[in-house]
Amino acid sequence: MQRHLALMLYIAICGLIVFLVKAEWINAYIQIVIMFIGINIMLSSSLNLVNGYMGEFSCGHAGFMAVGAYVTSILNMWFFTKGNLFGDALFSPSLSVILFPVTLLIGGACAALIGLLVAIPSFKTRGDYLAIITLAVNYIIKSAIENIQTIGGARGFMGMRKVVNAMSDTVPLPWLMIWILVFTGLTVVVLHRFVSSTFGKGVVAVRDDEIAAEIMSVNTQRMKLIAFMLSSGLAGIAGGLFAHVLGYINPGSFTIMKSTEIMVMVYLGGMGSLSGSVMSAILFTVLMEFLRPLQLFKWVLIPLLLIILMMFRPEGIMGHRELPDMFPKLRRLFPSREV
Amino acid sequence: MLEIENLHVQYGNIEALHGISLHVKPGEMVTLLGANGAGKSTTLMSIMRLPPPEAPRVTQGRIMYKGIDLLPVPPHLVVAQHKIGLVPEGRRVFGNLTVLENLKLATYARKDTAQIHRDYERVFSLFPRLSDRKNQRVDTLSGGEQQMLATGRAFMCGADFILLDEPSMGLSPLLMQELFKVLMDLNQAGMTIFVVEQNAHIALKYAHRAYLMEAGQIVMEGKASELATNPEIQKAYLG
Repeated sequence: MQRHLALMLYIAICGLIVFLVKAEWINAYIQIVIMFIGINIMLSSSLNLVNGYMGEFSCGHAGFMAVGAYVTSILNMWFFTKGNLFGDALFSPSLSVILFPVTLLIGGACAALIGLLVAIPSFKTRGDYLAIITLAVNYIIKSAIENIQTIGGARGFMGMRKVVNAMSDTVPLPWLMIWILVFTGLTVVVLHRFVSSTFGKGVVAVRDDEIAAEIMSVNTQRMKLIAFMLSSGLAGIAGGLFAHVLGYINPGSFTIMKSTEIMVMVYLGGMGSLSGSVMSAILFTVLMEFLRPLQLFKWVLIPLLLIILMMFRPEGIMGHRELPDMFPKLRRLFPSREV
Repeated sequence: MLEIENLHVQYGNIEALHGISLHVKPGEMVTLLGANGAGKSTTLMSIMRLPPPEAPRVTQGRIMYKGIDLLPVPPHLVVAQHKIGLVPEGRRVFGNLTVLENLKLATYARKDTAQIHRDYERVFSLFPRLSDRKNQRVDTLSGGEQQMLATGRAFMCGADFILLDEPSMGLSPLLMQELFKVLMDLNQAGMTIFVVEQNAHIALKYAHRAYLMEAGQIVMEGKASELATNPEIQKAYLG
């Protein structure tokens, strides 16, 4: 019972949010902010796996997000909408309630596959190669999408609202909100279980001392590939959700600027801290909304925030600690797995 | 058990080992003595197949273990499949993990749960201090305790052959004796041990056989008791 306290608390909060949305007690703007918080939690915690826990430096997370966003959007349009680029809908729109999460997972799998292609050459040696390659891949993915006219090219791809509406028409519930809350929770649970398992401790071992990890029989190359694929796959799922929140995506949504935003969240929260990533995603999303009236000037303030952070608290809000390390009473909510 | 024949290794273009040959028989405790830079750690890294740039590249020769050529084997399989454990120089324990997590990490590739539990008990009986500190972060342990942990960790890999790289470094004479007594206990229980040491006094006291290394070459070998009385060794290493 106590072991699942955090999970039950999360389900209760999600239930409350869904109830408030359904009862129209929170307006559309707040709903979008909540959805972006969920997506940003997924993005920051998944990048933290590579940049924080594994100690590598990936700076093209938006590229993997783009792969997931486009694959999921194309599949959903093909499956459930008429007059799309493939002609008639493949399935009845009512099936979207069930198949939507499947398309998200396929989008995530495609992003993970691209992640694998990036990781294989990058992890042959240790160093700055991953940073350079992920940066290049971010550009390549963006440029590739810009040049594929079938999916809208630089003009973008739209119509995902129809899929969201189809889900709500079938069963009148705020489905997109539900799936975002579900996948956000799943992301945090999967990453928490991964990094606290013996297998996942291999990731931390790779960061701390690769040679020592090898002599502990950790296959460091495979470990890096798995962690990187998991990270890019989760970014792909977040991308799929992001596309359906906006209802419209274009390559400009997945530039190095977006990757930087995600990195800011990771460094703000603290490297190697899952609770830090969750906290920083909430803080960053809310801060962005407060700074919205400043328009472009927020891009002066945000880097400034990062500089101040690096000067006064380079380890981020949480450092390498988790919430229960700072507040031991919270261990009841987040019991660590027995080692 | 372990046979090294005419091993040449290089760091970049610089040859560090110039055709060394040595062997270790099952159940033996063998020591490799030598001054700083003689090539002792390089020999261990070559056996473990650790990758460059930290470790050297083998250019010539053979490393056979139980009849199998180790040269094409990646380091994690040297540990997981061939059951060779390394206690590296400087311990290289994971400071931000607890004692228990470090030991648990050593069982990473093992599936024999029952034997793993027996091995935990064995490590904690060999090193009772680790048992007292099992939930303590490793960076809060003393140097001696970290050395015990590094040794226990090599044992937890399921190894039946342990290589130790200067285990006495930074230890008080008392701790050094304690550690070597544990190594002797392990050896008497059937573990094969290969110790690289600068401290010839202690190494020759406990080992069965010894090799002396100078400038990347083996210059002397024989029974530890014989080498201990050798005038050259006495002059150079035993004072």
